Amino acid sequence: MQAETISHEVRGFLEPYIDDTEFSNDDDIFEMGLVNSLMAMQLVLFLEKRYAFKFEGADLDLVNFRTLTRIQDLVTRKLGKA
Amino acid sequence: MLTTEQRQNRETAVRFMQAHAVPQATAWDEQGEIPRAILTRMADQGLLGTFIGTGQGGRGWDALSFGLLCEQTGAASASLLSILTVHSMTLQAVAQWGTPEQKQRWLQSLATGKTLAAFALTEPDIGSDASNITTRIEPEGTGYRLTGRKKWISFGRHADVFLVMARQDKLPVALLVPRDTPGLTVAPMTGLLGFRSAGLAEITFDNCPLPAAALVGRIGGGFSHVASASLDLGRFCVAFGCLGIIEACTLDAVVYARRRRQFGVPIFQHELILELIADMITGAKSVRQLCYHAAALRQAAEPESILETTVAKYAASRTAARVAGNAVQVHGAMGCSSQTRVERMFRDARICEIIEGSNQMQQLMIARNGAAEYLREARRLEKGTGDGVGA
Repeated sequence: MQAETISHEVRGFLEPYIDDTEFSNDDDIFEMGLVNSLMAMQLVLFLEKRYAFKFEGADLDLVNFRTLTRIQDLVTRKLGKA
Repeated sequence: MLTTEQRQNRETAVRFMQAHAVPQATAWDEQGEIPRAILTRMADQGLLGTFIGTGQGGRGWDALSFGLLCEQTGAASASLLSILTVHSMTLQAVAQWGTPEQKQRWLQSLATGKTLAAFALTEPDIGSDASNITTRIEPEGTGYRLTGRKKWISFGRHADVFLVMARQDKLPVALLVPRDTPGLTVAPMTGLLGFRSAGLAEITFDNCPLPAAALVGRIGGGFSHVASASLDLGRFCVAFGCLGIIEACTLDAVVYARRRRQFGVPIFQHELILELIADMITGAKSVRQLCYHAAALRQAAEPESILETTVAKYAASRTAARVAGNAVQVHGAMGCSSQTRVERMFRDARICEIIEGSNQMQQLMIARNGAAEYLREARRLEKGTGDGVGA
């Protein structure tokens, strides 16, 4: 799977929750207030289901989830390990 | 419709609660204590780790079966439900986010109920505003020192280990803290409106030494993931527990209304009493659908399960408070006496509107996140492809 596809799919998942706010792949979606704790959990479940892996405690660094680029990197790493 | 296995699991829960909890629940409430022996008995039946796989000491029940256990526990004793809830929240955190070493040390012990756990988030000055908790860790040597106070901790009086939410600088962390940690003290809390036998306590951590291995997940992921996932499970437990309260109150109100006679006839024949009972039955049936829907989504690990569980908890706790009020009303003066269990359930149901996130916090989450479904449909309609909200 192409890395860009991952960030595109994550954007597609998040966009309905954040109305019309525009954000780049490198914007901090937590700092911008676009993602709350409920959405963070939904995002984890979305990623696990869509890409068929399980997150572990070691993945739980908020830094990994702050931008679409970092989420893309994390998923790519997880898929590489799978 | 339940599967054969779910029906059997439900029956296991019903039998246990009818034999060991229902007859004692009012006495526990009056004594302010649930005997450890009942928890040992639950553990012996494998009822403290049902959702964990059989290879790890659990029973491998599906989400709905676990929910049905919570329903039966709530119908028997909301205090016992509270203990099951906080134990399960910690167990889930270890199973989902624990390191291999933490799983080795705690998972089987928690799943089999040899070790009993509590969840420590709330503080004297911090409730809903969980991102600003003040309990903190500071690095020392290869580990940490933990300092702070937690309040309103269900089962805090007796838990063997606590899942504690704290901060390192500004970053949230989750830690497993054994009860025998030096500097940890427990002060029982009394004088409570409800959940009187849930063993609530205030916990003080006075410079408690902890190894690095106490950390669950990474520094910074303590609230957004560990606590949030635990609270999600907690809301699932409370939703089903409220369903149990609703069903028990409705049952008692119907039976009492058929027996109690006023003006020469059972009060069940008075139409204003029937109005109350109709509301209770409707509440029970609608909350059951919401809970079962949340369980199906949880079982499938669907992202929507988080919001639907929040909706179920919000609706179930509101309905439980209203239905328990109706049940007291149907019972009249008797409903104000501990001679009936609806008196206890009326007090306990009120607590369910506050725990695992107050209902005002649930409203915020439901409105902000639930609106997405409607925005999606609005966009589809703009494009001429709308297929209905909820489709």
